[in-house]
Amino acid sequence: MEVNQMQRSFLEYTAALFREGFLDSQFSQLHQLQDESNPEFVVEVVSLFFEDSERLINDLSSALDQPNVDFKKIDAHVHQLKGSSSSIGAQRVKDSCISFRNSCEAQNTEGCLKCLQQVKQEYLLIKNKLEALFQLEKRIVAAGGSINMVEWIN
Amino acid sequence: MEACNCIEPQWPADELLMKYQYISDFFIALAYFSIPLELIYFVKKSAVFPYRWVLVQFGAFIVLCGATHLINLWTFTMHSRTVAVVMTTAKIMTAVVSCATALMLVHIIPDLLSVKTRELFLKNKAAALDREMGLIRTQEETGRHVRMLTHEIRSTLDRHTILKTTLVELGRTLSLEECALWMPTRTGLELQLSYTLHHQNPVGFTVPINLPMINQVFSTNRAVKISPSSPVARLRPSGKYMPGEVVAVRVPLLHLSNFQINAWPELSTKRYALMVLMLPSDSARQWHVHELELVEVVADQVAVALSHAAILEESMRARDLLMQQNVALDLARREAETAVRARNDFLAVMNHEMRTPMHAIIALSSLLQETELTPEQRLMVETILKSSNLLAALINDVLDLSKLEDGSLQLDMGPFNLHALLTEALNLIKPIACVKKLSITLSLSSDLPEYAIGDEKRLMQVLLNVVGNAVKFSKEGSISISAFVAKSEYLRDPQAPDFFPVPSDNHFYLRVQVKDTGLGINPQDIPKLFTKFAQNQPLATKNSSGSGLGLAICKRFVNLMEGQIWIESEGLGKGTTAIFIVKLGFPGHSNDSRLPFVPRVPGNHILTNFSGLKVVVMDDNSVGLMVTKGLLMHLGCDVLAVGSADECVRVVTPEHKVVFLDTSMPGSDTYKVAVRLHEKFSKRLDRPFIVALTGNTDRMVKENCSRVGMDGVVLKPISVDKMRSVLSELIEHGFLVE
Repeated sequence: MEVNQMQRSFLEYTAALFREGFLDSQFSQLHQLQDESNPEFVVEVVSLFFEDSERLINDLSSALDQPNVDFKKIDAHVHQLKGSSSSIGAQRVKDSCISFRNSCEAQNTEGCLKCLQQVKQEYLLIKNKLEALFQLEKRIVAAGGSINMVEWIN
Repeated sequence: MEACNCIEPQWPADELLMKYQYISDFFIALAYFSIPLELIYFVKKSAVFPYRWVLVQFGAFIVLCGATHLINLWTFTMHSRTVAVVMTTAKIMTAVVSCATALMLVHIIPDLLSVKTRELFLKNKAAALDREMGLIRTQEETGRHVRMLTHEIRSTLDRHTILKTTLVELGRTLSLEECALWMPTRTGLELQLSYTLHHQNPVGFTVPINLPMINQVFSTNRAVKISPSSPVARLRPSGKYMPGEVVAVRVPLLHLSNFQINAWPELSTKRYALMVLMLPSDSARQWHVHELELVEVVADQVAVALSHAAILEESMRARDLLMQQNVALDLARREAETAVRARNDFLAVMNHEMRTPMHAIIALSSLLQETELTPEQRLMVETILKSSNLLAALINDVLDLSKLEDGSLQLDMGPFNLHALLTEALNLIKPIACVKKLSITLSLSSDLPEYAIGDEKRLMQVLLNVVGNAVKFSKEGSISISAFVAKSEYLRDPQAPDFFPVPSDNHFYLRVQVKDTGLGINPQDIPKLFTKFAQNQPLATKNSSGSGLGLAICKRFVNLMEGQIWIESEGLGKGTTAIFIVKLGFPGHSNDSRLPFVPRVPGNHILTNFSGLKVVVMDDNSVGLMVTKGLLMHLGCDVLAVGSADECVRVVTPEHKVVFLDTSMPGSDTYKVAVRLHEKFSKRLDRPFIVALTGNTDRMVKENCSRVGMDGVVLKPISVDKMRSVLSELIEHGFLVE
């Protein structure tokens, strides 16, 4: 595929992600931090996010499986997840974490399970999309093009 | 047979005599026997008879006598020897008993007599007691009369009624012929007859007050008997035989001022009235002690009643006066309010009305100035502009001052940077000073706080006015401005010797001195400086603008700030020093625990390169930590990222300049870290800045942060620009703006 075409589709894809609320401005900020001294910054951060989130989601599942649900611990985990997702700009994950926290406060196990489902779903969605994005980026770079990260349509 | 010595009575010769003797003896015996019976009977009846033994004796005596006489009956005729013997025995016994009785009676009769005397004595005593009873009853009745009298007197608060009632009641109780009251006249030198019992309207008899008799009565509080012929007692036309006794008593007249709280009134004023009472003439009545006492008591009561009446009158009068005054004050207040409102309305309207044309003139003149003009035209336009600017300034000043005058102006208190204010004033004046070739210096004392609480705008106004004056009235030389904290020794404005600035924990007094080497002021003119509209200069300088209101306004502002302003000068040509002291608050002592903030100081530039700046970031969220670290590294910092509180406290060294703490950590770990860092670095210079990164800047968070001594709070998400400005502010100023 032509580099330009790839670049165009890359930009469109990214714009769509922003439009649909998967990502917010924090994601653009991350790109601003990427420079010569730190060329792989964004990928590193996002990978760290994936690891962290998977661990947290597993912890949450097992915590909710217990007969005596420890809402405090669950709240702590959700808080962590919320923090991470907002740090990279994963907006929908962050929002689902917020409603998860509400259920925790209400000590509503049913609600928590539902929220956990939601969070998982959102997480998987963003993971797929970001992985696709990075694949595209790699191919562009491999084909000799570059990505102009400065202007995003938000 | 022996010759019998008995004479045989001859019955027929003394038969009659014998018969009578016989009968008499019989009756005597009878009586003699019945007497003891009677005695026994009656003694038995009576309970009290102490002489039983005597009775027995007496009884025996009588019985024996009776027996003797009885036996005598048998001796009239021939009788045997037995009879004679019996007779003799009886006679002997009788003799014995009667002698014993006689002897006994010697003892008894005095006793019996004394009984009699005692009886008499007791009877007398009873009579005396009866009399006394009568007396007591009379007294008690008088007492009742007194109470009733007092009640009558005290039941009214009207002076005349009191006095009249007194006289009437006294007259009735004591059955007096005449009763009169003499009151002292206004001059106090005479007594005037004011009330009598029987004359309705006494014609004003007067009597000089210094008569010895009157003095005598006034000197004691007892009722004194006086002679009926004395001038005060000559009330009834004399002509009766024997005028009754007269008694006079003093009645103290008490004033309101005599009554002090907790003290019985002292009779220091010695104003008395005289009450004269006369017993009915032609009666043998005399003044009894109890009657005199009654009179004294009544006199006292009258005094009290009169003073009560006086007090009541006084207080009612005072109350009426107060009410009148209240009404008047209320009216005055309302009038004043109306006046103020009218004035304010007027001002508001005039404000607008006057300023609009002014603006038009000034604006259009300036525009005109921009166009092509001949030199004459230009001159004219410039003059127009200058004059209208002057006028505008005048209008502003007048309006401002009027607002100040009526006290409706309130200071706009708020925190501000004192140092910056002074510097800014200097910067504003510098250009003008430079043009006039005057050197101007500012010196701030080291103990002057950087921040203060006060009305920034008006303080600036005062400062500018004072410094402006200094510049205006100096042709050459230098102007020095110095600012420091006023201590009590410093204060004294000679014109305000009562002004003692007393600093406290909450506020301090700022003292600013502006010294110039200019024209100076005649010391006599100094007091006039602060009066409105009075301009000081016969020799007006070229640019003397201003209406003379400037200093008056300054004085007003300074006074509002609880301070003083004055000017010292040694004379014409010797320069002037203007000094003002104002009260400012210390920042950070109010309840508002906001972190102090820096106002827009002009010339604030942001550093763009923080290369090598050593910082520490703490966040327990690895993603967030990485992001923040990346951010800071992008800005060139040397970042040390830690994931726990303990690690953070351990790794921070004096080389690190900033520590960023993420507050989303559980519990109060973030705050604890701040506290521990404070403990670790007790010296301000070693300690790095501590900044909290938080997703939520509500009041609680800010308060907590400021409480543990954080230097700033930043809201996440942080952009590169934001972080840049945060670091810049920290390095430049040491504080963070929100």
